[in-house]
Amino acid sequence: MTQRTLAVVSAGLSQPSSTRLLADQLAAATRDELAGRGETVELRHVVLREHAHDVANNLITGFAAESLRAVLDTVTGADGVIAVTPIFNASYNGLFKSFFDLIEADALTDRPVLIAATGGTARHSLAMEHAMRPLFAYLHAVVVPTSVFAAPEDWASGTADAALRSRIERAAAELAEQMHRRPVSTGPSDPFALTTSFEELLNRRES
Amino acid sequence: MQFGVFSVGDVTVDPTNGREPTESERIKAMVAIALKAEEVGLDVFATGEHHNPPFVPSSPTTMLGYIAARTERLLLSTATTLITTNDPVKIAEDYAMLQHLSNGRVDLMMGRGNTGPVYPWFGQDIRNGVPLAIENYDLLHRLWREDVVDWKGRFRTPLQSFTSTPRPLDGVPPFVWHGSIRSPEIAEQAAYYGDGFFHNHIFWPKEHTQRLVNLYRQRFEHYGHGSADQAIVGLGGQVFMRKNSQDAVREFRPYFDNAPVYGHGPSLEEFTTETPLTVGSPQQVIERTLSFRDYVGDYQRQLFLIDHAGLPLKTVLEQLDILGEEVIPVLRKEFDSLRPAHVPVAPTHASLVAKAGGAKDTTVHAVDDVTGKAPEANR
Repeated sequence: MTQRTLAVVSAGLSQPSSTRLLADQLAAATRDELAGRGETVELRHVVLREHAHDVANNLITGFAAESLRAVLDTVTGADGVIAVTPIFNASYNGLFKSFFDLIEADALTDRPVLIAATGGTARHSLAMEHAMRPLFAYLHAVVVPTSVFAAPEDWASGTADAALRSRIERAAAELAEQMHRRPVSTGPSDPFALTTSFEELLNRRES
Repeated sequence: MQFGVFSVGDVTVDPTNGREPTESERIKAMVAIALKAEEVGLDVFATGEHHNPPFVPSSPTTMLGYIAARTERLLLSTATTLITTNDPVKIAEDYAMLQHLSNGRVDLMMGRGNTGPVYPWFGQDIRNGVPLAIENYDLLHRLWREDVVDWKGRFRTPLQSFTSTPRPLDGVPPFVWHGSIRSPEIAEQAAYYGDGFFHNHIFWPKEHTQRLVNLYRQRFEHYGHGSADQAIVGLGGQVFMRKNSQDAVREFRPYFDNAPVYGHGPSLEEFTTETPLTVGSPQQVIERTLSFRDYVGDYQRQLFLIDHAGLPLKTVLEQLDILGEEVIPVLRKEFDSLRPAHVPVAPTHASLVAKAGGAKDTTVHAVDDVTGKAPEANR
């Protein structure tokens, strides 16, 4: 049985957080889908609220504090990522963007990503398509076609209603399928690895 | 083991009283710090090179030449010399001149600078940062070792039958360090030439430093310059000391909180945990500094940053007194007793001359109109 890791990033700021609730439902659905493909998955929850100070400090100092380093490695080293944010002023919230600004430009290349969001009204839902999807496209991630948005009415009955439920399941199936197709992650890449020799560097200048 | 101070040369408001030094005051303060460094028994003074406010040291050899004339023993260095945007021909000439004037008390540290806009000011492009560092240094290395150079590259006009003057003092080029924080290519470059590698160290967690120093050591051995533990390593450090550590913390905190680079970010306590910054008693500085050896191995040069963030000159000179009286003598003794016999100390002009088999005059005389004798004849 193949063992996978799935990073579940949620940028909700209130507690309890509907963003976290959506993230949990997506994670559970993805876990079930992977199980159906004969794979077990370790869910690694990243609640950005807990790292807000470290994220701001990293923006200023240029390095991640030890605990934040571990979180960044969790995300860049996972087989798949679920990224969920509340929509503020027509886009992902600042914490979500600040966190993903700390990810090296090539660290999520070819990584399956499921994007999801919550908001006060369903009219915010296209923010996923004009803000979140381009962000991960820039990072060369593979964003699954179905994005999942949950507005207050979707939680009306206390749990995801039928329409939301089916979107969660479809998105989770897409994510699980993309993860399943790929070899198991070998962990975060090493930014200090030497990928060239000096002879090569010297020779390159003549070309 | 060599100990010294390195200065960025920033003009920064003193956050405790709003006072901002003039450029002139800051330049003279840097000189005063260098002179004091010699007086209290430190070995090295290194100046940064910057070409934009709020920094003053745009002309390092002018400043170092002046300091050379007023000191006897102090080694004059840079932190860093911009190998990317300076013409390597001018670096070769300027630092050879400084070598002669200071009787060999000079080495220098190559770096790529800390700001993108500097590149176009000197006709370059930041996207060529690493290739510039590679090509320019390769030329500089030749200019100091070959009397007559024919050269062609990507970034400057070709050279034909060019002789960089004056030739290095006693036929021995200044020792070179390569400074980098996060570029494995630069660690590789230092290793390739068998030069020194300096890690700034002070703004990042020790794991960064450890990784790059280890890479440099392995590649130094790979290129056949000696075993990994014989590679020449330098580190930065950042300290503020008072007799009682609480006094040091209380006095330094406003400077920390408002400092360029990391101010308004992490707390002083977080930053001292995560980076080598040590604010406390001289004994705490001794213990912390000795611990650097645990993760980079035996190393050859330790430079401290003590004069940034708007600290007044008086305070900086007090820091130098503490370093000279209480810290460096202990560190020198401890590091020297821990270092195995096969691990070298940092090269100096005298040791490089000895290694070269003695001093040689390598003056290249001009072409003689009558005999037609050309500099090539001396090759």
